[in-house]
Formats: sequence, C-alpha cells, structure tokens
Amino acid sequence: MDFMLTKQHEMARTLFKEFAEKEVKPLAQEVDETEVFPRGTVEKMAKAGFLGIPVPKEYGGQGCDPLTYAMCVEELSKVCGTTGVIVSAHTSLCCDPIMTYGTEEQKQKYLVPLAKGEKLGAFGLTEPGAGTDAQGQQTKAVLDGDEWVLNGSKIFITNGKEADIYVIFAVTDVVTDAKGRSKKMISAFIVEKGMPGFTFGTKEKKMGIRGSSTYELIFTDCRVPKENLLGQAGKGFGIAMHTLDGGRIGIAAQALGLAEGALDRTIEYVKERKQFGRAIGAFQNTQFQLADMATKVQAAQLLVYKAAMAKATQKVYSVEAAQAKLYAAEVAMEVTTKAVQLHGGYGYIREYDVERMMRDAKITEIYEGTSEVQRMVISSALLK
Amino acid sequence: MKIVVCVKQVPDTKGGVKFNPDGTLDRGAMLTIMNPDDKAGLEAALRLKDQYGAEVTVVTMGLPKAEEVLREAMAMGADKGILVTDRVLGGADTWATSQTLAGAIRNLEYDLIITGRQAIDGDTAQVGPQISEHLGIPVISYAQKIQIEGDSVIVERQYDDRYHVLKAKMPCLITALAELNEPRYMTPGGIFDAYNAEITVWGRANLVDVEDSNLGLKGSPTQIAKASDKVRKGAGEKVNLDPTESVEYIIDKLKVKHVI
Repeated sequence: MDFMLTKQHEMARTLFKEFAEKEVKPLAQEVDETEVFPRGTVEKMAKAGFLGIPVPKEYGGQGCDPLTYAMCVEELSKVCGTTGVIVSAHTSLCCDPIMTYGTEEQKQKYLVPLAKGEKLGAFGLTEPGAGTDAQGQQTKAVLDGDEWVLNGSKIFITNGKEADIYVIFAVTDVVTDAKGRSKKMISAFIVEKGMPGFTFGTKEKKMGIRGSSTYELIFTDCRVPKENLLGQAGKGFGIAMHTLDGGRIGIAAQALGLAEGALDRTIEYVKERKQFGRAIGAFQNTQFQLADMATKVQAAQLLVYKAAMAKATQKVYSVEAAQAKLYAAEVAMEVTTKAVQLHGGYGYIREYDVERMMRDAKITEIYEGTSEVQRMVISSALLK
Repeated sequence: MKIVVCVKQVPDTKGGVKFNPDGTLDRGAMLTIMNPDDKAGLEAALRLKDQYGAEVTVVTMGLPKAEEVLREAMAMGADKGILVTDRVLGGADTWATSQTLAGAIRNLEYDLIITGRQAIDGDTAQVGPQISEHLGIPVISYAQKIQIEGDSVIVERQYDDRYHVLKAKMPCLITALAELNEPRYMTPGGIFDAYNAEITVWGRANLVDVEDSNLGLKGSPTQIAKASDKVRKGAGEKVNLDPTESVEYIIDKLKVKHVI
C-alpha cells in the first residue's frame, strides 16, 4: 500500500494549484457576489485541457486517470466552489455517460467538442417531484418517426443555461412487473441547446455556488433525433445511477477542496489576529480545533483519492464513491463552519472567504445524492 | 525549423531567499521553478512552433533533479529534453556554463537558440550572449517580440524607454525577457506524456570542442566574494521639460543627493 502520489500527480497538482491561484482565486468573491457565470475562466480551463481530463486522447481529452481529475476539482474548489462544480458537472455528468454509453458517432459528435472544452455539458435528471426518488420522473419521450418527442421539465440543473450539450432522462415506457406493479422505463438522450422545443425556465437564486448557472430546463414537444438516444431504450435509470457514482467523486473532491481552502485561510488568520495581547493561534482552543479540522480533512482526502482510484481499477465503485462523498461533504460543512467561528465576527462578513466557503459547502451534502442517500447506498451494500 | 531552448532550474525567490552561512544559496531550503525569463523563451519557441511548425528541444545543465524542468517544458509542448549533468561540471560560473551548453548544442542542428535574459538566482545575463560567441552566431538580447521572415528573425530589443528593431540571419541566438509573453500552462495529459518520454542525459564525454580547463569550478574565473538578495530598481521618474529646464532639473536633483 502506497500513500505517495506519483511525480506525475504531484506535477499535475502544481499545475492545478497555480491555475487556481492565478486565474480563479482573484474572481471568486466577485463571482459569488454578482452571481455571474465565470465564462472567461471556463475558456481558460478549456485551453488548458481541464474540461476533458479523464477522456481518452482519441476523443479530444487528456487521457488522464480519475485521480488527476479529482485533484483538479479539489484545487479549483480550494479557492472557488463555483468553478469546481462547473468542471465536475461537465466532466462527470455529461462527458462520462457519453464516453461510457455513447456510440462511436455520438462520441465523435458530442464527446470530442466537450472534452476539448469547445462545448460545455450538463445533466438533467432531477424534477420537481423526482429528487432522491429518481423513479418519480414525469418527463416523457415518445418516438415519432425518426425523432423522440420530449415533454416535461428538469430543475436545479448545474451549468443550466451555459451548457451546449445535455444528457436528459425521460420516461419512454411503463411496464407491469411480475407482481402487477407498474414500473417506469427511463431512457437517456443527448439534447443540444437550440433544439426546437427546448427552453429555459427560471434561474435559481442559491445560498452558495452562486456563480454556477442553475436553471430549469423546459421541453415542450422538443424533437430530438432518434440517433441521440444514449445507450439502450429503457436502460436510462442504470445509466443515471452509474453516472452519479462517478459524479459523487467529483462532488467529494469539491467538498474536500472547500474544506482545505477554509482550513488554509483559518491557519493564516489565527496567526495574525490578536486578542488579549497575543495571536489567537496561541490559544489551546484554536490549536485543538485546527488539529481536528486538519485530521478530518486528511481522512476525507484519503477517501476521495481511494474512490477515484477505485473508478480507474474497478467495475463497480458505488460504495467507495458514496463513502467519499458522504464523509467529504460532512467534513466540508464542519470545517467551514468552524473556520467561520474561528474568524469570529469577521467570518460572518462577506469580505472573508470562509463565509462564502461555508455557504458553498452546504450543497455538497445535498446534490448528486444527499448524505442520506449515500448512507442508503453504503448500508445496502453492507446488508446485501 | 529547429529551435533549441536553454532553461535553468532555479530556487523560487518569491518566498524570500535563504543563504547558507558561507553566503551561497541554501538551495535545499527553497522550492524550485523554471527560471521565468527561460519560461518566456520557451513560450516564444512554442508559439513559433504553433505558427510556423518547429521542433523544440530543451537543454538544461544541472543536477539530475533538473530533469523536472525538462519534464515541465515537455508538458508545455516541447518535443525533446536534454539534461547535461556531470560531477565535473559542478560549481560552474557563467563562463563554464556557457562553454558547457555550447559544447552540448554543437551536437544539435538548430536554426534558432533561445535563452532567458538572466536567471533569478544569479542575475548576470551573460550565459546567452556567451553561448552565441562560442558558437560564432549573432545574438539579439532582451527580446520583447520575435517574428520570422524567411531565413531571418526580426526582434524588438527592449531598452528602458524605447526598443530597437533588429534583423538577423538564422542561425542566431535570442535572449528573452519574462515580459515577452504570458507562458502557457502545462496540460494534464502533457504531464503524463512528459513522464513517459525519454530524457536524453549527456555528461562531459558528450560535449564537443570544449577544453577541460573551461569546465566546472576549475574552469570558472569568477570568485564570489559576497551574495545578497536583489535590490529592486525604482520605477524612475519621467518629466517633460525643455532641454534647458531639464538640465537645471537634473542638476538640482544631483545636488539634493550630494552627487555634485
């Protein structure tokens, strides 16, 4: 067992860190404050190859392993949670399912521009009545000649209005199982921005990750070419669940980055902030809090990296991904909250990064499967 | 076109400079980076490669650890890396370094050699021009813009308050300023490719037409009396006055500073 990163991974981290410090950090506060999607940063990331890290080179990607990708999301999120999730949603939720389930034609047409960063990707599964209960889908798709006709809506979609290519799930059939219960058959589709009948609803006003473009997607008799069915008809639920296993590693990396960023800021702050004639870092309460925060961050990092490595080497990695996301998200919430507390009144002021990081951290316990869902995944594997 | 870029691994002086008690740099206590002027030179070479098509070979002299800057250069897009390393080359000053690099470059075909203006750990700005002397080719230093026209290069050479436009036939050597460009980032895939690629390692035996007496500490005429952190130059002061007023203004300034 080797806990040392390879020289390649170390150099990749240096790259991601340098990019994050230089290109992302200076904008993080403004992006949060103005809720403006950081389009310029996305273009720079595309140029640097950050939008196709785990995609094979023959499809325009960088051909790196999931660990390198997770480290990228981690380093970006250390300085800006919004930028971290833009990369995660694009890569894990759009590139990955097309890479895994797409036909050669679909890969050439959609994966190549996505991996090169010429196009941005998104994923639409959640609906008003179908969050954790993904089977509660209402969006329908009916085959009409050479086209699927989609009707319904998706909510809380990351990269919503800024994306060009979407992986969308819809009910294509209802069957009756052996016990006489009806079961929705879900299928996945690749939908392009601008396809007739595809429009955007309201933009969500969020607590955190405020620069990410979170929109409602509306499909009204939206006609999608037959060949844009992703994978087999009726197999969409499996595609969604497999995609979310990978997505959870991205979100776990985002959570980890937020926790690390908050810890870094706090260490700097407690060395400078003086109360009762000495730096607050000299007080044992501060020292013990920092020790606990750092230990949990370290544990979270090991779980996230283990899950990323499992994705590279194992066919099934649902439990590793769920454990990484569950733990990293809860550590992110705990560490950012403690970071605010150690900053005292200043931690509550928007000028200080930890305030934003605490708001950004909360969503990591909710999206791409709540912490409760992760516990369901983990425990069901234990009790199988 | 074939371009050779000389790069140096230097201590990162951003976090402050640390000295040993004897006045030499405590390199072990400082992180290392690719020298910024060299990185700009590499970026210039990579842009010429993008624009005109070129093979870019990166050469460095240093400890085996200096291989890292070659990998970094290759992760940015350089085609080949050559590490010149040998115990007998240790302790080299600018003279011995330029002799070594010239001896290595004599093995290579090149149209253009690009070096950084100077390294942040020595600040001499001598190695590039010395290499050109050893190889008997023209040098244009302090390049802030580089263009290719047929078999010539056209370079803007920076001065404090102006620039010169110079044209030279290739092969020639250019020394680049960090201000020349904004170097590109490595790509993640490029990093993994760079670690899979072979780095050519050369020692003393591979150097062509170089006397032993010009190598390493023994071949270095420079004696370091004292080393100190760099004192930054002020931004200067610009005034717009007619010649007579200017003379008076300068004389006043010199008097205030007790120079005259």
